[in-house]
Amino acid sequence: MSQFITSLELFLQLSAQMGTHVLFAILGGILCEKVGNLNLGVEGMMLMGASVGFATGLSTGNPLVSVLAAGIAGAVGALIYGVITVTFRGNQVVTGLALTTFGTGVSGFLGQSLSGQALPETITNFFAAYTVPVLVDIPIVGRMLFEQSAYVQAALICAVVLYIYLNKTYIGLQARAIGENPAAADASGINVTAYKYLHIVAGGFLCGVGGAYLSLVFVPRWQDNITAGAGWIAVALVIFSTWNPLKAILAAYLFGILRGVGFKMQNVGIGGTDFKIPTQLLDMLPYLATILVLVFMTLRKKKENQSPAALGNAYFREER
Amino acid sequence: MFKIVRKADASPAQERVMRGAAVVAALAASALVLALLGFHPIEVYAKIVEGSLLSGHRLVSTFNKTIPLVVLSLGVAIAFKMKFWNIGAEGQFYMGAFGASLAAFSFYWLPAIAMIPLMMVSAFVFGGLLALIPAVLKSKFSTSETLVTLMLNYIAIKWITYLQYGPWKDPQAIGFPKIPKFPDAAVLPELFGVHIGWVFALVLTVLVWVLLSRSKLGYEIAVLGESETTARYAGMNVTRITIVAILLSGGLCGLAGMMQASAIEKSLSDQLSGGLGFTAVITTWLAKLSPPAIILVSFLFAMLLQGGVYLQSALQISSTVADILQGVILFFVLGSEFFLRYKIVRRKGGEEAKA
Repeated sequence: MSQFITSLELFLQLSAQMGTHVLFAILGGILCEKVGNLNLGVEGMMLMGASVGFATGLSTGNPLVSVLAAGIAGAVGALIYGVITVTFRGNQVVTGLALTTFGTGVSGFLGQSLSGQALPETITNFFAAYTVPVLVDIPIVGRMLFEQSAYVQAALICAVVLYIYLNKTYIGLQARAIGENPAAADASGINVTAYKYLHIVAGGFLCGVGGAYLSLVFVPRWQDNITAGAGWIAVALVIFSTWNPLKAILAAYLFGILRGVGFKMQNVGIGGTDFKIPTQLLDMLPYLATILVLVFMTLRKKKENQSPAALGNAYFREER
Repeated sequence: MFKIVRKADASPAQERVMRGAAVVAALAASALVLALLGFHPIEVYAKIVEGSLLSGHRLVSTFNKTIPLVVLSLGVAIAFKMKFWNIGAEGQFYMGAFGASLAAFSFYWLPAIAMIPLMMVSAFVFGGLLALIPAVLKSKFSTSETLVTLMLNYIAIKWITYLQYGPWKDPQAIGFPKIPKFPDAAVLPELFGVHIGWVFALVLTVLVWVLLSRSKLGYEIAVLGESETTARYAGMNVTRITIVAILLSGGLCGLAGMMQASAIEKSLSDQLSGGLGFTAVITTWLAKLSPPAIILVSFLFAMLLQGGVYLQSALQISSTVADILQGVILFFVLGSEFFLRYKIVRRKGGEEAKA
């Protein structure tokens, strides 16, 4: 039994490590969608963050500056998206796709000079897993939370902070109002444009930080297209988590577990038999689950689980 | 100080001028970006033109990229006309390619005259059926089609990857995960040096143009796109129109997948599209759903893609520069739309006081 618990603990620890970049990106997506903007550029912003973060790490050797630079790279991508969709009222879907193309290009270009290089120890040591004594002995979740890289913990803290921000603060309430009914929010005196910009850019920052987790901590080397579609998974999991930052943790770690299982499954059959579930079919699960969630959400009509009512629509005061 | 007001619809001439100005501004901005990256912008532009147009086989490569983009964009345009935001062209492309491959491998003994049409029908059906899923979900549960089509893209791609690494893996490839080549009868022939898909693409462009601007169904699609209530009030069968339009939309995307698999890859692989389905969403939107404009925009995008490949070999510039250029151009064109629809006027003092 104790052996089972130990392996469960190790497994959860691994899931957290495999889901952290996605967690950051989901949180970024939630922020953006809560003010009514669907940004399909998550993959692009993550790639920009990953490449800029890694390049900064190589040249400065400073871990915090690298993360900051990664976040700013993502935020710049989001700002472009914001200018086009908020100020110029461009089509959100097409602009998001364009941002992904752009971000892929930027990271590919920057990446040419990055591949094959190793990060300085100041960074790898800073983000290495460390153990918090006593707390690490908490059964089941102790290892997952307290024998971990600071980056992983930062993502968790971010999720909790965002949950409180969106659900327990007045500003968060105002932000949510914009995503539900921008005209009403505007009429009640909320500066719709400023709120939209702020949340879109902050969301991009988080996506950039998420991308840099891969290049600075998880891999930690430069690979072309290092996110490998994680940005799209994040777009899906924003819905799976029903725009709730706490459920985002669950969504991201479930994704991490799935990846962990995928690795194991390649070699070992299920229950001692020869039957193996092909990893490619397992890879479909996040997307399938998201479609099911979308359907169930509309079936159950539970208020707090619904998508922001004005998601995807441009807001123009004179046209309401 | 300033306020934004809606303009009367711009005349076609004004619109063309505006769009032209946006492209010029985009090229200027891209030149700046290129200069910042340390390249000579004019040289890069010249190489893109050279690499995509100025030699027989480069021109063929550009056409090869144009053909699937045109057919995909036509499919997307039908759905967009109905304001059904189908961004699932990528997935429908792959399911179409899968349908074509299924036919090619199951009836490998058929002669080309029967094989090619069979593959086309199969591709059309598989692409159409994948598009039908979000349509049904939308009408039954009002689920967002944008999100469902996006998810289905990845499900379709994973399905192809699964086949490639699993049941359809070529046993003769010594462990290398690839699907065997099609029988010769399943490969599209060439006409004037380019695979015959270009003829199909042109014919389909005319057909879709007739469908959208000259047919009853096209009119119904447009009305439904403007307002479902109006369509119902006018006595239109909304469910039937939706199903037919979406089957056509997904079917065309599937057909593009068939052509690509048959003529270019001569097999199926999970790298078959390389994002063409997403590019098609962009080209369709830039072409404002107009079939003739789709040909032009698709060709320009194909030039950019092919030119990017050439940049790598000619100037040792990473082909990712083409992605950056594509992004910058799109940002400008997307932003310029605003100036077509709105104008900024100075508020007069009195008005300000009243407000």
